[in-house]
Amino acid sequence: MSVARAVPAWFSDEERTVLEAACARLIPSGDTPGATEAGVADYIEGLLGAFLVDPPRIWAGGPFSGRFGGPDGFAEFQPLSRIDELAWRTRIEGSLGIPEREFNGPVRGLQQIYSDGLAELGRDFAQVSPDEQDSRLRAAKSFRRVLYDHCCEGMYGAPEYGGNRDLVGWRSIDYPGDVQPRGWTDEEVSEP
Amino acid sequence: MTVDAVIVGSGPGGSTAADILTAAGWSVVVIEKGRNHLLDKDDPTKLASDYSNDEIKFIYRHFLGPDPLIEPRTFRRGEKDGDHMHIGDVNTIPSTVGGGGPHADGKVPRFREEDFALKSTYGPVDGAEVEDWPLEYADLEPYYAEVERLIGVAGEAGANPFASWRSGPYPMSPGAPMYGATLSSAAAEKLGLHPYPAPTAANSVPYDGRPACNNCGFCAFFGCPIHAKGDPVAMLRRALSSGRAELWAETFVSRIRSEDGRATGVDFIGPDGVERSMDARHVVVAGGAIETPRLLLLSGLDHPVLGRNLMFHFQTFAVGTFDFALHGHRGRAVTHVHDDAVIVDADARDAARKAGLPWIRGGLVEHGGPSLPVMEAKNYPWGIRHKQLMKSSPMREHLWAFTMQGEDLPQRSNRVDLDPTVRDVRGFPVARVTYEPHKHELVASAHHGPRLVRVLETMGATWTTSMTSPAATGTPGRHRISPVPESRHVMGTTRMGTDPNTSVVDGFGRLHELENVVVADSSVFVTSAGYGPTLTLVALAARAAHAMAG
Repeated sequence: MSVARAVPAWFSDEERTVLEAACARLIPSGDTPGATEAGVADYIEGLLGAFLVDPPRIWAGGPFSGRFGGPDGFAEFQPLSRIDELAWRTRIEGSLGIPEREFNGPVRGLQQIYSDGLAELGRDFAQVSPDEQDSRLRAAKSFRRVLYDHCCEGMYGAPEYGGNRDLVGWRSIDYPGDVQPRGWTDEEVSEP
Repeated sequence: MTVDAVIVGSGPGGSTAADILTAAGWSVVVIEKGRNHLLDKDDPTKLASDYSNDEIKFIYRHFLGPDPLIEPRTFRRGEKDGDHMHIGDVNTIPSTVGGGGPHADGKVPRFREEDFALKSTYGPVDGAEVEDWPLEYADLEPYYAEVERLIGVAGEAGANPFASWRSGPYPMSPGAPMYGATLSSAAAEKLGLHPYPAPTAANSVPYDGRPACNNCGFCAFFGCPIHAKGDPVAMLRRALSSGRAELWAETFVSRIRSEDGRATGVDFIGPDGVERSMDARHVVVAGGAIETPRLLLLSGLDHPVLGRNLMFHFQTFAVGTFDFALHGHRGRAVTHVHDDAVIVDADARDAARKAGLPWIRGGLVEHGGPSLPVMEAKNYPWGIRHKQLMKSSPMREHLWAFTMQGEDLPQRSNRVDLDPTVRDVRGFPVARVTYEPHKHELVASAHHGPRLVRVLETMGATWTTSMTSPAATGTPGRHRISPVPESRHVMGTTRMGTDPNTSVVDGFGRLHELENVVVADSSVFVTSAGYGPTLTLVALAARAAHAMAG
């Protein structure tokens, strides 16, 4: 079995299947698209595998995305400085016993948090009933908080980060997203 | 090489000092520990294109710094919390070229005459270090006028009946009022309040070679993609164009060197991680009211008041939901404010008396609506409810709110010192914040909060609530409200005064101990007033720099 991705693979196919099922419970599909249609799992995998690409997928470029005019600058990610890279590698990979990452003690990275969290949900998570899925998500409280935060970012953040595919997150709530360089006219600002 | 001045910090205060000193012929080096996303790396007269309407980058990924993982701060309410109760973000403002300028939504009110003389106007308050400033509004007015022109401020003279006198009009007229603000202003006026167009550092017409604001709505927390916001870009760019200034980004000043009562230069660590020293005839410190005392403490300065009287603003929020859309994502984030809660009227005196206080003062009230969908989403529960709530959007599209920037009285026990154990990425002790509100702030908040709720009800809100930051109860609440302040307004810690025993700097920002060291940020504030500190700190920095240049 292989899983379709729009970003370089970080998770095993088995983990990715659990991840997609969990995201689909947190932001379900229905009359409007949910985490599945928005590709929220790609957002998360893009973050955990940020350093699989260069420049790393941390900060999208500027000043415009091209969606409301101007050139598409978001697509080109910004290079990190030496210290930025240290911070983001520590946050994502953990401190791993590397002294320069442990100046205030060990840091558990997102890769470990996800690996443990997905294991806590169970390898059979995608196969069990929705009620069982919800009860496992309720039990995995601290991982669920991390996952839900990332689901919200992947659903309603800029699509260049991997989620909000075809802008379904923004469209489902009638949100225009980044509007530069068009902006809003004075009438659009002041009138109902 | 010995420069005339090394300026630590490239925010509004440091940039203003750089502009005025270079104009006077001084050579300066501006050192900034954060990255340069403001100006083109090769040609500082050109603006960079790194800013964008990107909620992920600016809100969740620390684009403007500091990253709390590598440059944390610590927090405690008092000794009862031990060494610290929290490590991470403690009221940080950006660590980046331009400092707090790029992230603010650019409201730049002046203080009023009485704000500089609270003790003589209203009297002392038990448990607080209320003092008059060593200068008056009249001393600062010419500098207010100068820096309003430098930054580019849009506003309407005479629209605020409580404002102190002005020597001239605003450089620009106000931009378009937000729809929600037209409704909240009408409701406020109906209740006898006096809303007016917020003095805003965003161009309403092309100004100083930068375009007019196009109302994109990504103001607070975001750098402006089209540079219509009057962050310190004007001052910094002019200083660098003079040919007498250099900007060293990603460079951390770890110590001010001194000898025989005079500073001789600074030690610093550049982007390569190597520690070096440079000589300077003067040192200007403009790191903000938390990093500035940290640097002075790291430099071995020892003064009984250094780091003390740290002030934030005690924020009171009144929030209402409506059954129609307010589209708070269009426009300059906040276009209207009112000053009524700053005024010590009969009601406020009565509330103070009942609480056993001599007086209470609230602060500027900002009319605004939230605009960011990720932030909204994180506040909702998961599952089907998430979808329903995002669609009906009670906390974004249908919400309007007031934020009161409540005066925070100076207290000796509220302070910045060096954390005993926590370090930054370069190995230096981080700033520890010890803070708890005074009874005054709680009483003022409890007095004004319900009045703001009434405005929302008059405006037609179907549901209302109010809350504070930090939490009035001192314990973390159900949602995000915590005892760790989040006002992003930081003041005090090197207060100015004439007595070297009770103040750290004089009226021109000069350290009593090292007279060629000048503090050019809101650290020097004696009291916090109920207004955002930017314009006042910039005016003070301008005054201090003119005095240095002679």
